[in-house]
Amino acid sequence: MSAGIHTSAPTISHEAAESTFHEVDDRARAIPAIEFQDVVLAFDDKVILDHLSFKVMKGETKIILGGSGGGKSTIIKIVLGLLKPDAGRVLVDGEDVTDYSEDQMMRVRKKIGMVFQEGALFDSLSVYDNVAYRLHEQDVPEEEVEPEVRRMLRFVNLEDAIDKMPIELSGGMRRRVGIARALIGDPKIVLFDEPTAGLDPPTARTICELAMKLRDLEDVSSIFVTHEMNNLYYICSEYAVVDDEGKVNFEREGERLCLINSKVMMMKQGKVIFSGTDEALRRADDAYIQRFLRGH
Amino acid sequence: MNLATRSLFELQETTLLAARAFRGIFRRPRYLAETIDQMDAIGVGSLAIIILTGFFTGGVLTVQTFPTLKSYGAQSQTGYLVAISLVRELGPVLCALMVTGRVGSAISAELGSMVVSQQIDAMRALGTDPIRKLVAPRLIALLVSLPLLTVLADVLGIFGGWVTAVALYSISSSVFVSAVRDGITTDDLIGGVVKPIVFSIIIGTIACRQGLSTEGGTVGVGRSTTRAVVLASIVVIIADYFLAKALQVILGTT
Repeated sequence: MSAGIHTSAPTISHEAAESTFHEVDDRARAIPAIEFQDVVLAFDDKVILDHLSFKVMKGETKIILGGSGGGKSTIIKIVLGLLKPDAGRVLVDGEDVTDYSEDQMMRVRKKIGMVFQEGALFDSLSVYDNVAYRLHEQDVPEEEVEPEVRRMLRFVNLEDAIDKMPIELSGGMRRRVGIARALIGDPKIVLFDEPTAGLDPPTARTICELAMKLRDLEDVSSIFVTHEMNNLYYICSEYAVVDDEGKVNFEREGERLCLINSKVMMMKQGKVIFSGTDEALRRADDAYIQRFLRGH
Repeated sequence: MNLATRSLFELQETTLLAARAFRGIFRRPRYLAETIDQMDAIGVGSLAIIILTGFFTGGVLTVQTFPTLKSYGAQSQTGYLVAISLVRELGPVLCALMVTGRVGSAISAELGSMVVSQQIDAMRALGTDPIRKLVAPRLIALLVSLPLLTVLADVLGIFGGWVTAVALYSISSSVFVSAVRDGITTDDLIGGVVKPIVFSIIIGTIACRQGLSTEGGTVGVGRSTTRAVVLASIVVIIADYFLAKALQVILGTT
């Protein structure tokens, strides 16, 4: 269970208490997984990010909401070094990557998994080769690659599709293969760029469950860019637990647990107009936020 | 950006791309399998059009030059003219233009599609340099394939000229072959190989640059493909002019 899930049980076991104290004492956890300090980016005269500052702590999921063209996906590209900011600093796992060259960024990118909007699978490669891509590039022996690929495909419940080509997959399956590919090598930071856009509600729910499993069972820090309110509802109000038989279940926060490892940030025209919990977002009296929440 | 600034910017970006691709050739990881695949697609895949183009170009050269040479009583020199025209100019240029049409467009469209479907971003996100993985193998494949295809086009062109001369104009086979031998010098052969090497760099870098700079979805892919073919064809023809003069000066044939 992630350290971000706060338990309100009256008594706790000795082991649990020890584990909690260890987590609290772990100073590395105090270093944000991702930090933006006063970041500015403009294309010609159009300002995309306007003095943006925020942090994503270890094990935390930051949901970034906002309309199209608000600069949400640009944030992800800056974290990966696919775009460079005009001003400000970007820190990944405490390391200032703002001025890193492409070669230096290659090393940083190994810590990060990225899930693209449409999956962005390589058309000419099978599902197996897509998921194994990062390991093949690192010349990992094939006998180590296959079990790892199968483990990741099992995580996204798609082991049967291992020999298929991307063209044979549905939109939801492509996203799930994209998630499996992003997770190979067990990155501690995962970036989701509108992973549920254009998907039917049950498939979108499956993608959100995968994000919750990563947060609660794998201690992954993530940025989840979306404009769909269902995503916010699922990720901020449910958590993943493993039962005695090893099966993953999703429970709603309430009397037993209160989720504190999911935060929301809302953007409008490159600026942060809200940052906090989902409950505070729903209470916000900003007209744009209320219209966004209501959908009209 | 006005036209002059845009042209200079494109020149700068294309040159930088070529420099980074060549630097990538000498650094690890090396994509040998990818390079061999590209050689197959570019070299072997272009064989049919090069065979047809070479053969019929040689044939039509004989058809056009024989009557003129005959009026001067110099019809025995038909092989000489066909060989010189093919080895010095038509072989390298026609081959480069055919490869631009077939391969340059394919490279640009493939890379452009990868850009618009975010596959290039995904590649970078997964820690791979797309220039090393995609551009360098295509450039190496072109550098190896185009000179070989040009030699093939030259040989088949001379063969086409010989078939036409013997079959249509009843020129003796030995006369034609002897004229071909007289016509081709070592300098022509050097020029005939140097030119395709330069053309392959032009075609490869322009096609890759246009593909990688694609914007605007599937419409953008079409636009960049057209731009790649037009730009590479024009630059090949302009470069041919300067190369011809430079080779004359360097080889002392002025």
